[in-house]
Amino acid sequence: MASHRDLPAGLVDRFFVNSGSSSFTEFVSSHAPELLPVRGEILATPIGDQVPHATTIVAATFAGGVVMAGDRRATSGNMISQRDVQKVFRTDDYSVMGIAGTASTGIEMARLYRVELEHYEKMEGRTLSVNGKANRLATMIRGNLGMAMQGLVVVPLFAAYDPDKDEGRIFSYDVAGGPYERERFDAIGSGSIFARGSLKKLYRDGAGADDTVMTLIQALYDAADDDSATGGPDVTRKIWPLVSVIDANGFRRLTDEEVSGYVEQMLEARLISPDGPIAPLR
Amino acid sequence: MRDKADYARKGIARGRSVVVLQYEDGILFVAPNPSRALHKISEIYDKIGFAAVGRYNEFEELRLGGIRYADINGYTYDRSDVTGRGLANLYASNLGRIFTESIKSLEVEVVVAEVGDTPDGDAIYRLTFDGSVFDEHGFTVMGGQAEAVSGRLKERYREAMPLADALEVALVALTEPGGERPPVAQLEVAVLDRNREHRKFQRLTGARLERILPAAPPPSPTTTTEPDDAPTGPPTGPDGDIDDGSSPL
Repeated sequence: MASHRDLPAGLVDRFFVNSGSSSFTEFVSSHAPELLPVRGEILATPIGDQVPHATTIVAATFAGGVVMAGDRRATSGNMISQRDVQKVFRTDDYSVMGIAGTASTGIEMARLYRVELEHYEKMEGRTLSVNGKANRLATMIRGNLGMAMQGLVVVPLFAAYDPDKDEGRIFSYDVAGGPYERERFDAIGSGSIFARGSLKKLYRDGAGADDTVMTLIQALYDAADDDSATGGPDVTRKIWPLVSVIDANGFRRLTDEEVSGYVEQMLEARLISPDGPIAPLR
Repeated sequence: MRDKADYARKGIARGRSVVVLQYEDGILFVAPNPSRALHKISEIYDKIGFAAVGRYNEFEELRLGGIRYADINGYTYDRSDVTGRGLANLYASNLGRIFTESIKSLEVEVVVAEVGDTPDGDAIYRLTFDGSVFDEHGFTVMGGQAEAVSGRLKERYREAMPLADALEVALVALTEPGGERPPVAQLEVAVLDRNREHRKFQRLTGARLERILPAAPPPSPTTTTEPDDAPTGPPTGPDGDIDDGSSPL
């Protein structure tokens, strides 16, 4: 069991001193910076190609919420380094983030970001506004810019349910930060070009959660179809995309059984029409 | 030293009692609290809740420190490595140090409760102003007329009660015989529910609380009208004792 004696010396005395800030990162970086990921390092050579990369994440809003889905593949160069990697993370009860780019840095960032949001909520007794959450993530991405220049690029996609507007919202970022709010849908990662093309044709305004999940599964398949770094559904190993739905009831990750239902339905249709649903021309 | 202890005890007894008890799905916290914004009960971490009585600014500092401790430990190691026992130890060492080293001891009493995967895994630690830790079983009461409330609670408490029954038992215990029950709007109620995902702590407020309450039988019929000693209108604090400057310290 971890006790307060295992933490860096002197840190425990700081717990009970009011620092005037409700930010976890700020508290840790001023009193125990060694616990945070080091951002100022200079690497001898860029190592971007040697560490696993996470690939495609898609998100789309529906009436009263938002869905995010990600494929499960991680690649290092031309190797598949993991088939069942997780890159869509619950960050609090009403938000989710997906990561593309360096997997390890992204996972670490998602973990820190979750603590950051919860920490604020517990300290202040209220949740951050959706814009507040999106801005906070931008600062974290900006903090990683030095490492990004050396190949450890992380780009997240953030989605949240906004209780004030009763709708889902999507924010995207670039290596230097952001956020850029996106209407309707967005995709990030190596397969995002193909996913976005697919979403453009398949997205329906005012659709329900069920149809929107299907749209995203289709988009991920289209991305995997044309991008070698994006994994399609692995039928033999039963590895399915990770799908998270957020609405007024909060965050919910679809179970493997639910996702496999969507995937099987899609695969069956693709046996007849391999390029997927055909959007009406006029 | 004894003066300090007496002073702290008096300060803690001035406020209203807080009840923490086990029920079938976890741990229930009940506190009469006229303030909606200044909480006596709070979430510390996934499975850990906090309740306090006494001076608000003092236990608020403890609460914030506990959250910092829990989040740093959970981030450094793993979320499952944050335990109620670790937090209780941290509070105990801090309270004990302040009691021996400073002129004035903290006028607080604190409960750290942790919900386990099964009722056997539940833990309730009560900490007093001098840093003593009590590992409580089933239920605990602190602040106000703690002994009287505890006596009433002991008569009615049963293991593995449903939530509505547990809440009813707590409210009966908090109500003086023949006294009036605190109205719903002046109750702070929260649970650590082991069946919830991720974060077990949940506040029960407004409609959600009222849905649970009417299932319980009505209060004892021997309700006599007592002079209403509740403060009329603002200001409200988590306790009735607003510092009027009469304190010697």
